[in-house]
This record gives sequence, C-alpha cells and structure tokens, in this order.
Amino acid sequence: MEETPHRRRAHTRTRDLQRYAGLFAARTGVMRSSAMRDLMAITARPEVISLAGGLPDTSTFPAGTFAAQMTRIAQESTAEALQYGPTEGFAETVDCIVEVMGAEGMLPDPDDVIVTTGGQQAIDLICKTLVDPGDVVVCEAPTYPGAVPVFCSYQAETIQIDCDADGMRIDDLEAVLEDLDREGRRPKFVYSVPSFQNPAGVTMSLERRRRLVELARRRELLLVEDNPYGLLRFGGEPLPPLYQLDGGDFVIYVGTFSKILSPGIRLGWAVAPPPVMEKIVLGKQASDLCTSTLTQHFVREYFSEGRWREYIADLVEIYRDRRDTMLESLSEHFPAQATWTEPEGGLFIWATLPEYIDTGDLLAKALREDVAFVPGQAAYVDESRGRSSMRLNFSGVDGDEIREGVRRIGKAIAEQVELYGALTGEQEAVPAPKETSPAAGESGAGDVLPFRKAGEGSG
Amino acid sequence: MKVAVLKGGRSLERGVSLRSGARVEDALERIGHEVVSIDAGSDLVKRLVAGQPEVAFVAMHGLGGEDGTVQELLEIMGMPFTGPGVAACARCMDKVLAKHELRDADVPTPNWFAFNETAFRELGAADALSDLEQRLGFPLVVKPSRGGSALGVKFAASWFEVPEALVSAFSYDNRVLLERFVEGRELAVSVLGDEPLPIVEAIPSDGDRYDFEARYEIGRTEFVCPAVLGEEDASAVTAAALGAYRALGCAGFSRVDLILDDEGPQVLEVNAIPGLTDTSLLPQAAEAAGLGFERLVERILELALKPAAA
Repeated sequence: MEETPHRRRAHTRTRDLQRYAGLFAARTGVMRSSAMRDLMAITARPEVISLAGGLPDTSTFPAGTFAAQMTRIAQESTAEALQYGPTEGFAETVDCIVEVMGAEGMLPDPDDVIVTTGGQQAIDLICKTLVDPGDVVVCEAPTYPGAVPVFCSYQAETIQIDCDADGMRIDDLEAVLEDLDREGRRPKFVYSVPSFQNPAGVTMSLERRRRLVELARRRELLLVEDNPYGLLRFGGEPLPPLYQLDGGDFVIYVGTFSKILSPGIRLGWAVAPPPVMEKIVLGKQASDLCTSTLTQHFVREYFSEGRWREYIADLVEIYRDRRDTMLESLSEHFPAQATWTEPEGGLFIWATLPEYIDTGDLLAKALREDVAFVPGQAAYVDESRGRSSMRLNFSGVDGDEIREGVRRIGKAIAEQVELYGALTGEQEAVPAPKETSPAAGESGAGDVLPFRKAGEGSG
Repeated sequence: MKVAVLKGGRSLERGVSLRSGARVEDALERIGHEVVSIDAGSDLVKRLVAGQPEVAFVAMHGLGGEDGTVQELLEIMGMPFTGPGVAACARCMDKVLAKHELRDADVPTPNWFAFNETAFRELGAADALSDLEQRLGFPLVVKPSRGGSALGVKFAASWFEVPEALVSAFSYDNRVLLERFVEGRELAVSVLGDEPLPIVEAIPSDGDRYDFEARYEIGRTEFVCPAVLGEEDASAVTAAALGAYRALGCAGFSRVDLILDDEGPQVLEVNAIPGLTDTSLLPQAAEAAGLGFERLVERILELALKPAAA
C-alpha cells in the first residue's frame, strides 16, 4: 500500500517565525493585513449580496461560442497553445489589441505593445521599471484599490489628488507638483483612470484631459493611463483617451480584456515608448516569461469571429439598466445627506455619507443583513481617508439584487443617522427612508438636550 | 483518536478562525489523530453525526463559536469539546456581563458605563452622557459589548468624539461599553487548565498607541514573552488573571487581557477561545513555558476529555 505523502511541517513555532521574519524584505513591512481585510473575506459567503466586487457579468457569454472556439484551438493549434510564447505576446494578440484601441480612436505602433497577465501586471511592471523606494507616485483620490498595494510594495511615496465630477483636479495636481519642485523632487509618474474611474465612477472632462496632457509635455512627466472601462459607455459623448491626445510620447497606456471579454483569461496589455518598453519586457521576462499562450489563442479565435463589438454592445445594455436601477434605489433608500456619483459608464458608483459614519463599521453592520460593499478607505494609501465613502458595483449582480442590496445598506445607514441624531440632538439629521415615516417614539429625540457635535467647541 | 476541528463559521472573525483551525488540524495530524475538518455552517450537526468524532476541538472566534452557541449544541449531542463551557463563553463574549462578574468577584477592572441602543433611541440616554466626564473622565474607550477583535473599538479623547465612536460601536452590537482608558503596560495571561502561562507584553510601535487595529498587525506591535516584570507586579498580574478566569467560569484554556499601571493590574477582558494562529499570544506563551504547539494541542484535548484532571 502506498504511503500518503507527508504534509508540509507547519514551521509555526516562535523560533520559526523569528527566523522567517529576519529574512523578510523591507517592502513586506508596508504590506499590511488588517481586521478590515478579514472582514472583506467574509463578503464571499454565498448568501451575501455582494456589491463589493469588480466583477463583469460573464453569464451572458454564449457557452456554445466558447466551446466552439476552444475546440478549434484544440484541433488546429494544440501544440502551440500548450507551448511557451514570446514575452511580448503573440503578434496576433497585439493585432486584437490594436483593434480594441482603434475603437477608441487610438493608433498605437504594434511594437510599443506588450501583452501582460491582466492590467494588474501592467501596473506592477510599470512600477517595477520606474519606481525606487521613496520615489513619488501621484494618483487620484480615491484611486483604484488594486493599485494601492502595488505602489506600497514598491515603497513609493504616494500622493493622492482629489477628484470631483470632472475627474482629477488638475489645479491641485499643479500645486502638488510645484510643492515637489521646491523640494527638488518630481513624481515618477501620474496614474489616472480617466474614464468611469474605479472607484469614483467619474470621468475626466475633455478640458482637463487636454490640460493634463499639456502639463505632462511641458514638465516631461510620464502619465500612466489605465483604461479598462472606456468602451463601456452608456451615455454621453465618447472622450479621447489621454494616449490619443498625447500620441504616446508621455503616456504609458494600460488596457485589459477583463471588462470587455473575461477577467478569467487574465489578459491585459501596456503600451509604452520604446525605451520604457524595453525595460518592461525585461521585467516581464523575470516575472513570468510570457502571458498564457492558451488564453492568447482564445482571444485570437474570439476576435476572428468579428463579433466582439456586439458583445460589448450587449454588455453596455445590461450595465446601463443596472446602473439606472442602482441610481433609482439609491435615491429611494439612502438618506438625504448622502451623495453619490452618476457614472456614464463602467462598473462603479461612489457614495459618500455624513462624516460621522465609518463605512468600515457600516460594512460589519451591513454584513449582518447579508450585503457587502467596499469601504472607501481601500481606495486611499492613507487609511484614515475615505472613511465615510463606499464603492458600489452594479455590473456583477442583477437588478433585483441591486434593489435589495441597496435597500439593506440604506436601512443600516438610516439607523446610524438616526442614532447620531439622537446622540447630538440634531433632529434634522434624521432622514428616514422616503416610504416610511418615523415612529412617534423615535421622534422624541428632539426633546433630548443637544449633545455637542463632533468638531464643535474649542478642540 | 478522531477529532473534529470546528472552525470558520459566520462571525466577523472567520478569517482568524480559519487560520487557527488549520494550524490545529496540522498539529493533530502530526500527533497522529484523525481529523474531521468542519467549516461550521448549516450542516454542522449532520457532519458531526456523519463523522462520529470522539471530541470536538472548537477553534472558532467571535459570535456563534465563542459565545456558547456551538458549545450548547455540542452539549446536547453529548460530545466533549475543548475550551470553556456554555455559560463561561456567554459571559466572556458579553463584555458588559463579564465586567459585572469581575466586579462582583473583586477582580479589578476599569470603570465603565454600558448602554444599549434603545436607551439612546427611545429613552434619551444622551442626557446621561454628560455625567461621563465626572464619572469616568477622558480619554475613554468605546467598545461594542460583543465583539472579539479591534473592530468597532474607538478611542475618544474628549466627548466631542463620543457620538461618532458610539455610532461605530453600535454597528457591531446593540450594546456598547464606555470604559475609562487606563494608560499602562498591555499584558496578556493565558491560562491552560488551571495553570497560568508566562505573561506576554504587547508593546505598540510609536504613534500606534490609540490605534486598536495596530495590536492585531504583525510588525506594528512587538510581543515580549515572558514580560519583564518585577516579582510583585508579576504575581499581582497572574493573580488578577486567574481571578478573572475563575470568576467567569472558564475551563480548558482562555486568555485574559490586562493593563498594568501604578495602581496595579486591571482586567480588560477575557477571551474564551483566543487565537491559535502563528502569531497568537497563547501559543507564544505556551512555548515560553516549554510547551510546543503540538503538546499544547494535546494538553487542550486532554482537558476536554478529562476535565477533572485539571
């Protein structure tokens, strides 16, 4: 009888831990685990309505098409699909990428393109190429939550520039750049998601895009444009990507098939000026040699059918409905003091609550009602920021779940707002969702002597 | 022996529990036991019945697993289990109840007020808060009554910060505790059976003193075991910890968290089922006492099977 293989020894004695800890690189010190992360782990329970993910809806992708394409790959190119590929990616994959970028008016030189393992790897490789510990990286506030750990693990000093309805505040950016000038420093790059930003849902206006690109030219500053959602526009006029406005001199472009086809295939790309690209390719070689050749074959097959734009059009229809449903639900269930963005595309809405509400704590409360969202602090490097905001995803769940999820979150918020009102005597702070009237007992809070409000007084 | 390891569950501390459970399973297998691994869900009873274990190792933290719920179920099934029983778990999980028990047993604990949400919503309890300054003084700590980790625990330097802290704490429980903040050395005494293990001291890195999350993060807090204490302090701390452990009726193992200042030790809380992960305090203390993790696990099992042997 064969003996079962031994499991790894646990290496968990204090002595072991100390031995490992002594070996850890300095950058692991800024990789934090936290109670909040543990909390996010339980949002994956099946009974939870999750408005927390960034998931596209892959359920409408026709199974028959998928089967036919994979069969064709097996019949025609098994050996090649199972083999290593070039670090830069297959030329045919790059052709598909050029086609996708062309749909937004960009015309990259195929030699400037590298196929990466998702857009996430592109961000990682760009940092690997450009960022030394202590270097300044500038991004939006809030920024893509997935970029935060990348900037942190390269030990960048990250400065976040506030966004408003028109995207990143370029005047604030200029002020920050001038401050840095005085210290004799400059950022390695400015990272932006100009269209339907994750997490804020806002889109940078044309005027700001022009100013940003002009600023980059004048200061010879690199911009990293991350554009996963550009083609997912539900309304309004398409705006030119920074890459198009700049022509690719000072813009490094990051794209992905995740939101227009599938995140599971882990296929993204970067476009960079040749000297930068050269280093990115070396970095990629060290990281993983090449992107999955199997999924590159899949993309090639998929694009050869020429129906990729129709699939995106279908997704846009679905997501537009879901966004509308979420906006309607928000006005119905969120309190009057809450504000939220109204995205013209993408996957996310960013809602901001009264400042005395900590959305991390709200998440714990919401989870008791089996609903989840992303607390705003995940979108900031400084975790004390974004505490009253939340990211809500509308692409991953259907309309009924959106309505129910938002209703439950709204109820949890209403309870907090009401409690705060009772504590501070701020009667006007008690909103009560529109369909219900406050119970008589609860309105008695007005008789309570006002408790001083946070922020008032000498302190 | 066939041992069921109960872990996970639906509590907010699910993540820590899965890590505790995995480590316990690992140790049990190395000792030579047969492990039935159970992520506690709606099929818990079915899986226990199907698995027919001789004893259940409860490696669950937070509501459901550490508050007496699972323990009650195991009692009904007549299955021996590790750690404290139903009543002790219920008392430890509810910090307000625990503090009353401690005070009744003359175990020192910082002064406190407790409120439930209804008191604020319907009975105008906000009025009573104006007494806080006189009765407790600032700064103070606002905590949900039931909750294990740092979640929802807020520091209030003045009473302007109290409403916001209350809103946070009430997100976790409908009862909260406002406790006088005692500045001092942060200590933990784990008790195994009826034996106190060496004292652990948690030293937060600079600037993290009021950041309650910091103490749960590796690198932001340094742990020293055994803590460097004078003989008198050490015996006072151990006595207070044992007093708390007994007052709450703990058995098997538990961890008592204390603060030590010029006036002596004060008990903050008792964790009925403390973490058993790589970085948890109880295993560190056991190791300082010469008890490796496998022997610790073995001893905990013994105590579950022969409680009288304690």
